[in-house]
Amino acid sequence: MAERHRDDVRPGPLEPYRAIFASRVRSQLAYRTSFVFDLLNSVSFGLLEYLEIYLIFHNVAILGGLDRAESLLVFALARSAFTLADLIAGPLDGIPQHVRAGTVDVLLLRPLPVLAQFVLGDVNLRRLGRLALYAVVMAWALGEVPIAWTPAKVALVPVTLIGGAAIFAAVFVVAGAGQFRLLDGGEFANGFTYGGGYVASFSGQVLPAPVRAFFTAVVPATFTGYLPTLVLLDRDGPAGLPAWLGWFTLPVGVIALAVALLLWRDGLRHYQGGGG
Amino acid sequence: MTSALWAYARAGFHRYATYRMATAAGAFTNTVFGMARAAILSSAITTSAVTAAGGRVGGYTAAEVVTYAWVGQALIAPVHVFQWTELADRVRTGDIAVDLARPVDLQLSLLAADLGRAAYSLLPRALPPMIVAALTFDLALPGTPLPYLFGLVSTVLAVTISFACRFVVNLAAFWLVEVRGVVGTYVAVSNLLCGLLVPVSWFPPWLDLVARMTPFPSMLQAPLDLITGRAVGPHALTVLATQAAWVAITVILGRVVLAWATRKLVVQGG
Amino acid sequence: MSVIEVERLTREFAVGRRGLGRRRVVRAVDEITFTVHAGESIGYIGANGAGKSTTIKMLTGILTATSGTVRTCGRDPIQHRREVARRVGVVFGQRSQLWWDLPLAESLTILAAIHRLPARHSTARRNELVDRLGLSAFLGRPVRQLSLGERMRGELAAALLHEPELLVLDEPTVGLDVLSKERLRVFLREENQGARGQGRTMLLTTHDMDDVERLCDRLLVVDHGRLVYDGDQAGLVHRVGAHRVLVVDLAEPVPTLEPAVADLGGVTALDSESDGLRHRFAVVPGRVGAAEVLARVGQVAQVRDLSIVEPDIEDVVRRLYERSSPS
Repeated sequence: MAERHRDDVRPGPLEPYRAIFASRVRSQLAYRTSFVFDLLNSVSFGLLEYLEIYLIFHNVAILGGLDRAESLLVFALARSAFTLADLIAGPLDGIPQHVRAGTVDVLLLRPLPVLAQFVLGDVNLRRLGRLALYAVVMAWALGEVPIAWTPAKVALVPVTLIGGAAIFAAVFVVAGAGQFRLLDGGEFANGFTYGGGYVASFSGQVLPAPVRAFFTAVVPATFTGYLPTLVLLDRDGPAGLPAWLGWFTLPVGVIALAVALLLWRDGLRHYQGGGG
Repeated sequence: MTSALWAYARAGFHRYATYRMATAAGAFTNTVFGMARAAILSSAITTSAVTAAGGRVGGYTAAEVVTYAWVGQALIAPVHVFQWTELADRVRTGDIAVDLARPVDLQLSLLAADLGRAAYSLLPRALPPMIVAALTFDLALPGTPLPYLFGLVSTVLAVTISFACRFVVNLAAFWLVEVRGVVGTYVAVSNLLCGLLVPVSWFPPWLDLVARMTPFPSMLQAPLDLITGRAVGPHALTVLATQAAWVAITVILGRVVLAWATRKLVVQGG
Repeated sequence: MSVIEVERLTREFAVGRRGLGRRRVVRAVDEITFTVHAGESIGYIGANGAGKSTTIKMLTGILTATSGTVRTCGRDPIQHRREVARRVGVVFGQRSQLWWDLPLAESLTILAAIHRLPARHSTARRNELVDRLGLSAFLGRPVRQLSLGERMRGELAAALLHEPELLVLDEPTVGLDVLSKERLRVFLREENQGARGQGRTMLLTTHDMDDVERLCDRLLVVDHGRLVYDGDQAGLVHRVGAHRVLVVDLAEPVPTLEPAVADLGGVTALDSESDGLRHRFAVVPGRVGAAEVLARVGQVAQVRDLSIVEPDIEDVVRRLYERSSPS
């Protein structure tokens, strides 16, 4: 039997995702000037976030038990994770518009999971500008802060970024799922998504205990930057927030995503049930 | 003409009245950020060596900075510190021609609409965060009515300055195909210099100098200082006078640029 | 094997403002039962709001049923949404499945990838569709710049690229000009009849009786969610007397034209007005053409002007309902 020619072989299961993603990237880059401007604006806003911390430390030396370099490490870790999640899960912001326009139906007609289509179809490459800034800050902070490096700690940095991105992605997905049920109230999600990202970029010690508990157990923001930084510094956290939790960012992210996917399925079923 | 402007103001008011849910959601987000910022800034002050020695950090005690954070969040919606491209969009689509053909002054009618919008959003966006703030934090708010009166006047001036600046920035659409770069930069710079991130008095001297050369501190820090009773007596009047001056400068600038733009439009035929 | 099996399918909606306590339940689809076999061409007709689109949504997995069962290509469209999507091609008249900002060609490329079509096969298939639908002229243009007729042809190509067993069309000719409608109908007829005797099953919702006449072997008529007729067009016409009305204006008045058409089957002289200057004929579609009637009239009188009034779907349905409801 002759070998099947490449052109006659059915493409693999990832082919649909590759094609949608590639098309989206192409169309973003097609409008070159707009894209460059968006990229630069993204850097500006990243700079603004950085300047907030810089200006605080112009007036004080310690914030929530951390000095400037340590705070910037928390900032860089958390913001990078947030931006990575925003890159792909950011588009879940626009679900009410999609529901009103009827475009969700179009997604249901395709032989692909709806969430995957949302996520890949609206990748936000502009965010890369911010990411570059955070990378610079992180590199500087990691060098500046006195850390007793061990192989485990070295591995912790990329693991934290992935786990952190998973956590924020989960928050975005839950927010998206909620928007299927509460069409007009979709913007409430912003308080949790962008609010969570903001809180995560600072030391968890500054938060009043109940708020801290919420942003650890419900929206696991402290796992994305603060707790791992405590681990790297071999330092203790405030009462009720032990530093060793910082090793668990990735498992927490995985659990958060699993919960988020369940809630997403529920939200989509609600839409299919006519609630839209 | 004034009745027409009043109609625009009412229309601006009503337009935003339909966005009830969005307003509620916005108030919720303001509350979350108010909580976070109050916690962050007050913690910075409480653990500071300066406070331990009995001084103020950048002129603020913990209670004062908490109040600053909350009142700031309450004000950002009326003052509209975010991105705004409605006018630039209309220039891009060519709808601006319709607006310019109307017998009402473009800048004043848009200003009237913006003041209507601000008036509508004031209570729903400002009140919920302030209520939460009062219940959860110790606020340092004045007990007499005068600061609030000054604050109200100052807020109106601040909204006007904010609008006038956004107006000028949007006019760039007459010359640039893509205004994203300009608008994005404007939002970033104005957010920094208006005292949204940290109080203006926390700026290093060079940044403080830069800020005072711009209208931005008059957009947020000014009404903030008056409402919280930070600027009282003759100081309060200075603040108001500075705002008034900036109102004049930005509004006139807007008119000049608009005249320039419309002349270009006429010459080039749109 | 049946391509569509629907049994006592029902869909209810709660209507009314939330929180006011009183919410009315509306049955958009009410205990509908029918089966569609391979190769059939079905017209699903009814007035606006009769429940056509709701049924389509339940067939394709967009909407769940309140009660009853639905099987599309042998599967439950909700449980096996993606499998059903692979076997069905859908064209919505009002909603586009193409990527708005991208050239039509790119939409087709992405769809080929989404359906994981082997390269050689999908290229051949695509070229065939481009040819038959005449897409090459605007293949490179962004979809948002296409006219409605061009866009509908693009949507058809998109729906047929993966060679589905079933083609579902929801109001495909709405808003199209006469020429575009005709081209679309010719294409759809070809698809259903099939070049190699292997026709594609087709389900078409419409409230345009011309679509029905040209394309459908079997009609399902719905009214207020209920199925009120399932059969062929001749039967429907026979049941309600749905006919076209040919209005003829003469140069000189003639008292009656009845003798001219008396021996012609399928046409009845209805009435005349303006003392015989204008005459009306009832013409049964499919049995006799307007041209033939005109020719007969022209033999005895000089025709100055004419117009044709098509049977109104609301009219047909109303009459059907009147006949089927107990009096």
